[in-house]
Amino acid sequence: MITLYDYELSGNCYKIRLLLSILGIKYHSHTVEFYPAAEHKAPWFRQINPLGQLPVLQDDDYTLCDSQAIMVYLASRYDSGNSWYPRDDPQRLGSVSRWLAFADSITNSASSARLVEGFFYDFDAVACRAEAHRLFRILDEHLWFNAKSGHHWIVTGDSPTIADIACFPYIMLSEEGSISRQDYPAIRRWSDHVKRIPGFTVMPGIFPAGPAQ
Amino acid sequence: MSLCNDPVIRNQWHVICALEDISPRNTHTTLLGESVSFAANTDTTGARAWRTDAPDTSLPVTCAYGYLWTCLGTADKPLFALPEYAEADRRNVCAATVGVRVSAPRAVENFLDMGHFPYVHTGILGEQPHTEVREYDVTVEESTNDVIATRCRFYQPMAAAGADGGMLVEYIYRVPHPYCSVLYKSCPSDESRLDVIALFVQPVTEETIRAHALVSVIDENSTDLSIRMFQQTIFGQDKPILENQFPKRLPLDPRAETPIRADKSAIVYRRWLSDLGITYGVIPAAA
Repeated sequence: MITLYDYELSGNCYKIRLLLSILGIKYHSHTVEFYPAAEHKAPWFRQINPLGQLPVLQDDDYTLCDSQAIMVYLASRYDSGNSWYPRDDPQRLGSVSRWLAFADSITNSASSARLVEGFFYDFDAVACRAEAHRLFRILDEHLWFNAKSGHHWIVTGDSPTIADIACFPYIMLSEEGSISRQDYPAIRRWSDHVKRIPGFTVMPGIFPAGPAQ
Repeated sequence: MSLCNDPVIRNQWHVICALEDISPRNTHTTLLGESVSFAANTDTTGARAWRTDAPDTSLPVTCAYGYLWTCLGTADKPLFALPEYAEADRRNVCAATVGVRVSAPRAVENFLDMGHFPYVHTGILGEQPHTEVREYDVTVEESTNDVIATRCRFYQPMAAAGADGGMLVEYIYRVPHPYCSVLYKSCPSDESRLDVIALFVQPVTEETIRAHALVSVIDENSTDLSIRMFQQTIFGQDKPILENQFPKRLPLDPRAETPIRADKSAIVYRRWLSDLGITYGVIPAAA
């Protein structure tokens, strides 16, 4: 049985819910009140994850923290088609790792700006927004060139990978941190593709795709 | 940041923090563009508030409905009554405080609107094809001058944290304060009572708010956590809708935005704000 230590409004938790839904895996959600109770810093939770961060996944007696690591685990273990984490293709696998690290940078910038505005965290919102725009510009260019050669996804290939799931939430929630996506058309087209992946699910602040055109 | 020179708004009580979040340590917030500090104290009021740049002069405070309220002008009347809060068998939960880039009146108006339920709160407060807003009544009550909307009915798949399946929910909306609204709705666990959900909006500036929610329900089973999470989900879904409204201030000119029949309560609310002479957070109608 899989238990996800989860908070509804967390983009990093949503990554895992999204991948679980796409892979069709049943799980139990254990709510940890990130805001306002800061339960992820409570002693009981630090015994599960000493870093005091969400999400944490328990699969029977195996416990794993870090959203990116959890996706690697779930895709490796439960994706029988081997497409979400392409272990058999060294170059694509390398690219997946590269964009997982990129997703962490998005969390540290775009997600932080959102925490300032919505949840009253004390970060430098101006610096966070500037960094997020720098990252969005890099991703937008990357996606634009990919699309030009007929590829929809972050890592070149016929099907999406966990890199797409990793980057998606905090890009889609960026406007809650006053980071507009107006100047990133390739990101907008890519996000519509993500929303049309079978099994796609939403979280508060993220809406489903409109009717197919 | 421009200061508020709207006397009606300056003389209101405004919410600033959940009582359970107040500590003996000084905490700062912004109210009507001014920095306000507050801390728990041991005298009879339980808390003290002051302008951050004038620490020796206390602001008036009221502790009510789970929240701390203060006034930057002259509080000429007590805070509105919410007698249900004191009923012994109610669960009173301070459910959420969330920052939103929108004016206070836009947030209140969204709270009054049932039309968005199936689209924004899909699977919870509404779902397609049950999108019709049936005819309802709106009046301004003479004795209290509250806006009251009655006979509001809406099909809701999951009306509250304690709901077990869909039900046709009856609503009464009440606006007793320019920036606060109280919703009375059918209680899933007791047909003879009404659950209360109150939205208390803290005007940080004309175009930014802190939205505070009080949930006061008859529900023996839900945990405080599940009640808070339910409300946080709803607020999280409303946030992008509110932040994308333009202009951020609420236009009071009846010709500024085109209402439909379902917007009856919004029409009365806007007219009521005009009659009160509110200028903060709105675009007043041309004289």
